[in-house]
Amino acid sequence: MGIKSRKESLKVFGIFALPGLFAFVAVVIIPFLYGLYLTFTSWDGISSETNIIGFANYVNVFKDTEFWKSLLLTLKYVVCSVVLVNVVAFFLGYVLTSKIKGVGFFRTGFFTPNLIGGVVLGFIWQFIFSRVLVSIGTTTGIDFLSSSFLADPTKAFWAMVIVTVWQTSGYMMLIYIAGFTGISADVMEAASIDGATGFQKLKSVTIPLMMPSFVICIFLTLSRCFMVYDLNLSLTGGEPYGTTIMSAMHVYNKAFTSRQYGVGQAEALILFLMVALISGVQIYLGKRKEVEA
Amino acid sequence: MAKNTIGGTKTSIKKIATYVGLSIVFLIYMFPFIFTIINSFKEKKEIIKTPLKLFSEKGLNLDNFVKAYEKMDFLKAFTNSMIVTVSATAIVIILAAMTAYYFVRINNKISKIFFALMVASMIIPFQAIMIPLVSIYGAKLNLLNSRATLIFMHVGFAISMSVFIFHGFIKSSIPIALEEAAFLEGCSRTRTFFQVILPLLKPTTATLVILNVLAFWNDFLLPSLVLTKDKLLTLPLSTYKFYGTYSADLGTIMAALVLTVAPILVLYIFLQKYIISGVVSGAVKS
Repeated sequence: MGIKSRKESLKVFGIFALPGLFAFVAVVIIPFLYGLYLTFTSWDGISSETNIIGFANYVNVFKDTEFWKSLLLTLKYVVCSVVLVNVVAFFLGYVLTSKIKGVGFFRTGFFTPNLIGGVVLGFIWQFIFSRVLVSIGTTTGIDFLSSSFLADPTKAFWAMVIVTVWQTSGYMMLIYIAGFTGISADVMEAASIDGATGFQKLKSVTIPLMMPSFVICIFLTLSRCFMVYDLNLSLTGGEPYGTTIMSAMHVYNKAFTSRQYGVGQAEALILFLMVALISGVQIYLGKRKEVEA
Repeated sequence: MAKNTIGGTKTSIKKIATYVGLSIVFLIYMFPFIFTIINSFKEKKEIIKTPLKLFSEKGLNLDNFVKAYEKMDFLKAFTNSMIVTVSATAIVIILAAMTAYYFVRINNKISKIFFALMVASMIIPFQAIMIPLVSIYGAKLNLLNSRATLIFMHVGFAISMSVFIFHGFIKSSIPIALEEAAFLEGCSRTRTFFQVILPLLKPTTATLVILNVLAFWNDFLLPSLVLTKDKLLTLPLSTYKFYGTYSADLGTIMAALVLTVAPILVLYIFLQKYIISGVVSGAVKS
């Protein structure tokens, strides 16, 4: 392999691995560990001294009802979004892999929202919800639309879900398309010969074979939705009356607005552990259901 | 014969129904963009009164765009975004390729430990790190408000995924015999990497360029924590700030949103095939 001496191997490490590892350790590992330490201090973001206060921050997290409220809301949002995103994306992927023309055009269009950052999308939809839909509502007499979605707590929540489904489904659709294209024509033909109808084929052949795609898509939507911030900030800003503040926004405000860095970091860690646990269980369960064609 | 015709009509009706359905869904997906563009040509009064009207009374009136372009200092924000995105992408690609190459070819303890750490760290969301990040780089080192810091952080956060994808590709598709031939001819390891290995990584590099450019260009939270000085703001940051200041001025806001979205959409029109296949292979591999 061309490496002879210890000096030589150090040199190779220094040239090839060290720069990349330095950035990784300095930006991810050290802050992560320092974050653990922060949760045991009462740092306010300004003062130079940090006092160790033991588990007081964690006790405060349990007393922080706003945090648990935001977490509950986030869970509700995650469940609604994950289900709807994947149903829509699966359906789009299914239709776009049945032999029709113009597939590329539709695929390109459905994916477009993914190219744009959450902040800008949130602003665009704010205009749609507060002006365009209201105008449609008043001209057509549909009561449901005639007042802004963003002024009502429940409707504002659904506004978040709608924009998330609109944005994320195009991305997941691409993964489902890759999955559908991977199913061999022989298997489908065999099912047809055995007399399976379209729906039976979908239920007993396609869906089991698509398990790997489901696992990836659900994992990606789960972790994206749990940490939603940009869209929350620009679409609802937590309004009306702070009813749509999701966990990530709550953590941000706790640390950078209320200057309770220790409590904020403890909440961020709890959030991280929850996401890791839920996606771990999801991947484990999904992998168990995977079948070979 | 007759049976065939009936079957034929049935499939073509089904096909037409599919097209109609797809077109409706497509229009719904395009709906927000269409109305933002339409209204960017209107005056505030007209937007409030008739946001649904397809054409402005004044025709193609570009006043909003001129105003938005000047007020949000579009050119400066665009340049800032370009500098950050291009340098961070270039650096992360080179460093990730080198690190991944090291991990694959030098299979020692350090390689194993750090590769495992990088893979594991991919599930850590940014929010779990942002608070200590600000306290270390802000309060302790006083390095915030600098493009270089932002680029460095982008690199640090993005490198795990890039190393992971390069690692998979090098391990499965780059035969070691190639390097050995180069070594025998007296090529140093560094030269071998840049002249023999790196060119072979092209397909993976293309995927990673696309994924990283999209992520860096659109990122909001990290830059918002690092940059606060007006002259450094990237496009998403200046759009956010502009929206806060001019939110009453609807026409200008619409034009600003169109301006912000335009560069990436133009790029998408030309590179859609590559972008889509890049995103798919990125998602499936990680």
